Amino acid sequence: MILSMRGICKAFPGVRALQDVDFTLRKGEIHALMGENGAGKSTLIKVLTGVYTKDAGEILIGEDQLPVSIRSPQDAQNAGISTVYQEITLCPNLTVAENMFIGREKGAGVNWKERERKTGELLESLGIPARPRQQLGNCSLAVQQMVAIARAVDMECRVLILDEPTSSLDEKEVEMLFSLMRDLKARGVGIIFVTHFLEQVYAVSDRITVLRNGELVGEFPVEKLPQVELVAMMMGKELEGLNVMGKAGERAADSSETLYEAHGLSSTASRPFDFHIAKGEVNGFTGLLGSGRSESVRAIFGADRVTGGKVTMNGKPVKISSPADAMKQGIAYLPEDRKRDGIIADLSVRENIILALQVMKGFFHPISRAEAEKFADEYIKALEIKTASQDAPIKSLSGGNQQKVILARWLLTHPQYLILDEPTRGIDVGTKTEIQRLVLKLSEEGMSVTFISSEIEEMLRTCSRLIVMRDRNIVGELTGDELTQDHVMYTIAGGGD
Amino acid sequence: MKTKTEQRRSFFQNNAQLLVPLIALGLLIIFNLIRDPGFFSVELATNNDGNPVLQGNLISILNGASELVILAMGMTLVTAAAGGQDISVGCLAAVAGSAFVKVLKSGAAITPWLVLAGFLVCCVTAMIFGAFNGTLVSVFRIQPMIATLILFTCGRSIAYWINGGATPIVESPIIKAIGGFIPGVPIPTPILIVCVMGIFFALVFRFTTMGLFMQTVGINQNAARLNGISAVGMKLLAFVLLGLCCAVSGVIGVGRLQLINHETLLLNVEMDAILAVAIGGNSLGGGKFKMIGSVLGAYTIQALTITLYAMKVSSTDVKAYKAVVIILLVVLGSPVVKAWFGSVKNKLTARGVSAAAGKEAA
Amino acid sequence: MSMISGKKPAVGKKREPITDTILLMSITIGIFLAMYVVAMLAFGGGFLKPQQIFDMLNENAFLIIISCGLTVVMITGSIDISVGGVTALVAMVGVMTLNGSMFPGAELSDGMRIFIAALMAIGIGLAFGAVQGALIAFLEIQPFIVTLAGMFFARGMITIISVQPQKATGDIMAVLQRRLEIPWLGSPNKKGVMIPAKIEIGVIIALAVVAVIFVLLRWMKLGRGFYAVGGNQQSALMLGINVRRTRFMAHLISGLLAGIAGFVFMMHTGAGNATNATASEMNAIASSIIGGTLLTGGVGNVIGTFFGVLTLTTIKSIVVTSGLREPWWQSITTGAMLCFFILLQSVVLSSRGKGGLRARMKAWTGKKTG
Repeated sequence: MILSMRGICKAFPGVRALQDVDFTLRKGEIHALMGENGAGKSTLIKVLTGVYTKDAGEILIGEDQLPVSIRSPQDAQNAGISTVYQEITLCPNLTVAENMFIGREKGAGVNWKERERKTGELLESLGIPARPRQQLGNCSLAVQQMVAIARAVDMECRVLILDEPTSSLDEKEVEMLFSLMRDLKARGVGIIFVTHFLEQVYAVSDRITVLRNGELVGEFPVEKLPQVELVAMMMGKELEGLNVMGKAGERAADSSETLYEAHGLSSTASRPFDFHIAKGEVNGFTGLLGSGRSESVRAIFGADRVTGGKVTMNGKPVKISSPADAMKQGIAYLPEDRKRDGIIADLSVRENIILALQVMKGFFHPISRAEAEKFADEYIKALEIKTASQDAPIKSLSGGNQQKVILARWLLTHPQYLILDEPTRGIDVGTKTEIQRLVLKLSEEGMSVTFISSEIEEMLRTCSRLIVMRDRNIVGELTGDELTQDHVMYTIAGGGD
Repeated sequence: MKTKTEQRRSFFQNNAQLLVPLIALGLLIIFNLIRDPGFFSVELATNNDGNPVLQGNLISILNGASELVILAMGMTLVTAAAGGQDISVGCLAAVAGSAFVKVLKSGAAITPWLVLAGFLVCCVTAMIFGAFNGTLVSVFRIQPMIATLILFTCGRSIAYWINGGATPIVESPIIKAIGGFIPGVPIPTPILIVCVMGIFFALVFRFTTMGLFMQTVGINQNAARLNGISAVGMKLLAFVLLGLCCAVSGVIGVGRLQLINHETLLLNVEMDAILAVAIGGNSLGGGKFKMIGSVLGAYTIQALTITLYAMKVSSTDVKAYKAVVIILLVVLGSPVVKAWFGSVKNKLTARGVSAAAGKEAA
Repeated sequence: MSMISGKKPAVGKKREPITDTILLMSITIGIFLAMYVVAMLAFGGGFLKPQQIFDMLNENAFLIIISCGLTVVMITGSIDISVGGVTALVAMVGVMTLNGSMFPGAELSDGMRIFIAALMAIGIGLAFGAVQGALIAFLEIQPFIVTLAGMFFARGMITIISVQPQKATGDIMAVLQRRLEIPWLGSPNKKGVMIPAKIEIGVIIALAVVAVIFVLLRWMKLGRGFYAVGGNQQSALMLGINVRRTRFMAHLISGLLAGIAGFVFMMHTGAGNATNATASEMNAIASSIIGGTLLTGGVGNVIGTFFGVLTLTTIKSIVVTSGLREPWWQSITTGAMLCFFILLQSVVLSSRGKGGLRARMKAWTGKKTG
């Protein structure tokens, strides 16, 4: 044993984030920490790394299990605990070498030559394509992530925490990271691995600890816990809801009346492409990392600068060059990055809900308070948004409920065409199912929906037509019987031509 | 449906930011009343022109704060939308005042029409300069404080230049009325102008979505754009409205002295205006705002100044005492102290809840 | 689990070995040199003599010192507008110590007085820096407000100490105002006699400050901490930097330098007055910006700041030399020049990569919040 946490409690105003949680890490093991969003994984990690101070409990470290007090990230570092966070926590204005060494050198001075030499060696040995003297902000996100890992690796840590380290890496890079993790494990480092990707857990982990609602569910050796049981444990309920829904391909044929059609549409971020959607149709863009599916829907909504193409709505030519234009045409877009592009964090749930409708009504036609309250009440009920009141700031809600608020915002405008870019990412499985059901219900009511998701199963369940993208081009369109997981993979991989 | 207690609680939560300026004002009032029970007595007197006028410390606080209150209103908008402050407001008021005086000096006699024309020219001038600041901030994405540093550096010189290096005097009953009293009305005109500006902004908030849109832009610009709100437009609007506020304060300033002194007109007022916004509980980083907070903040500052004057502190020394009070106020309102109060409150309510639960169980 | 994820791929971009700090600083130095050469060619005269530069330095030694302090503070993403007030306060206290009105009864030798004045300069500077730094770093109060109060306090204290302007004269000032003479940098006057170049002690102090702060920012852990905190405060914390201590130290240094600047100001003028060094905090901010420091933090350099001060001063002397004698032209051209530099930086930074450093950092921090 090199680390044990006993009876950890942590509360935030209104939320009990951790309730009497135990966690044990052995020497030379990769230990996956699993749980839905809001289960308390991040909080536990932040308590361990000194970002939060725990309300109760103790942390014991080393072979002899000495109690330590961790009150700051520096304390954690001194105790041999290194962390690579989900969001990159390096300084973009400093060089790669500096980011590797800052905050962990002895003495008052800085030895640049030594730093850069060591960094060069380390980058080379790990195969990271960056130069020591390069400004970090000029590197790609994946390289920045790897620099962060390299930093942690170089710190001779006893405990390495990887918090969603793979979310910005492609498969090759993930494999590189895994071999690195196994290498460290062989050297006796204990690794805490937090991720949403189940397959990655089973690929590298030795042991799994599951949390739910801030409480410990249990600790299991990986071979004793089949994937299905793990999911059931994380959710704390049976998976019945998911199986009931039929496959979308088997649903009645969509109406043939075209709602939206684009020819040669392109933006600063996407290549020219053709696309159309019928009334009441649910279709989806799918493809590998960076295939350009998000960029395509952003072009439809005018989110990036549109550079060319002809667009018709209901057969009439229209010009959509900004989100405002698209909204006038009855198009709604739920963005991929909820925090960055979706929520207005400090404003109330009510204000967040009415925002888009208010914009469409215009600057000189404010929605009255009474009306706004009515709308908010209606949608909080309809979408079962869990919030203390409609006056609560949206930032106080959980991820899934925030997503529902954004969805409510767009549904309130009664769009003809709804674009959902990764609506289910980072939210709990229950809400995922609800959103999928809602999509199907809306399409039955005649709304056209374009759906993007990282999970093919989800796409297959909701979409009747899949547009497959590769290298920023559309490479195939699948309908009917072609809508199987194998077929989609095959097309994505390049066999469809 | 919300219950009454819930409504009351949410009312308090929504207006919690007003607590600090209200407490400060309250303390100042109590302090003054203890020191001199008649401090706030207002009396009707007759001034040199034979007009009935209201006099007293209360009136001089309300009157003296006029320019600051108006500027604080505009500063609130800029702070909310652009997430930064305009440090050129005093200079801009000087420019606007100079333009006003320039027009007044152009005619043979100062007629009401000429004053109106001058006022319009002055507003347009200030709004153009405001738009210049706004363009730098919104289009070129320069931090507000840096962008407005340009006019801060050269604004007063531009004002000087407008009037060709002179500090002309404008003698006219109309101008005198703007800075003093309208014959027959005992309330100082600047207070009335503040009311007009207050009503103006109240109407703007009531009949447009400016409040919501500016807060949205201030909190999350990406999301604002994806919801069809023009961040550039909102920031420009904020700066142009602040320009208007500068013009109005500039005109009041000219009215008070009946001359334009580009060097001293509203000197250092930018600092007080920013302070008013902060004391009003608004984040200087932008986003959510309450204009009434800034107005209270402005009156707090003026009340403090008048209190110090009443205590025979010389006008140059006032700054030092003001600084101490400001620090006390911001320490009270600081996140760390607030969090401490919050945890104390939580403990108390937790005890209350457990006590209540104990009663129920019993 | 699918193979698909929504993130953009690791696109191989053209490498950019030069950092934003160096780029902005180089632009400033380039423009300053170009401007000076043009002035030499166009106006000749004074601009051809080395003494012109030394005069600029003699006049602005205190400004260079407080600009260094502001650069440090701005690199950490903070601001200090109390420096002008502190400079004036220290100058007043110093002058009164020298002319004996501070300690009326005491019989002190000249050396002792200078020593006490220097001690008080440093003490007052450190006190302002420490109090402001503590309020900003530990109580998390907005720097603008805290240092604004600091400015009010300092300016108010000057008149509380002495309503009358104070002057120090005689032997004691002769000692302090002694100038270094450098014959080989001299130039002939109208009669053809060589006049050696003259440098005040204050300039030596200012240059030493620039050198020390440069070393601090480049080779000391503390200095690199300033950049890290300014680049991304949250990241800096995660990287194990004591963010609070770092921010505190930045303000402490700024306060100390303002104290030193006050002493240098006093050596130059020998006068204590409530209106001393008026608006010098804004001049210092302008110098730092022209020198390539971003108010957003994380980017900047004292060498750039040094040239920023020279650039501002050179513009003013060019305006005077070129015959624009009306009093408003100096500050109007200064404003125009500032506008030019600000726009130039905005354009340069946004043309580098996607949206420039600032936009990228904004996207980044945007992701972090909430």
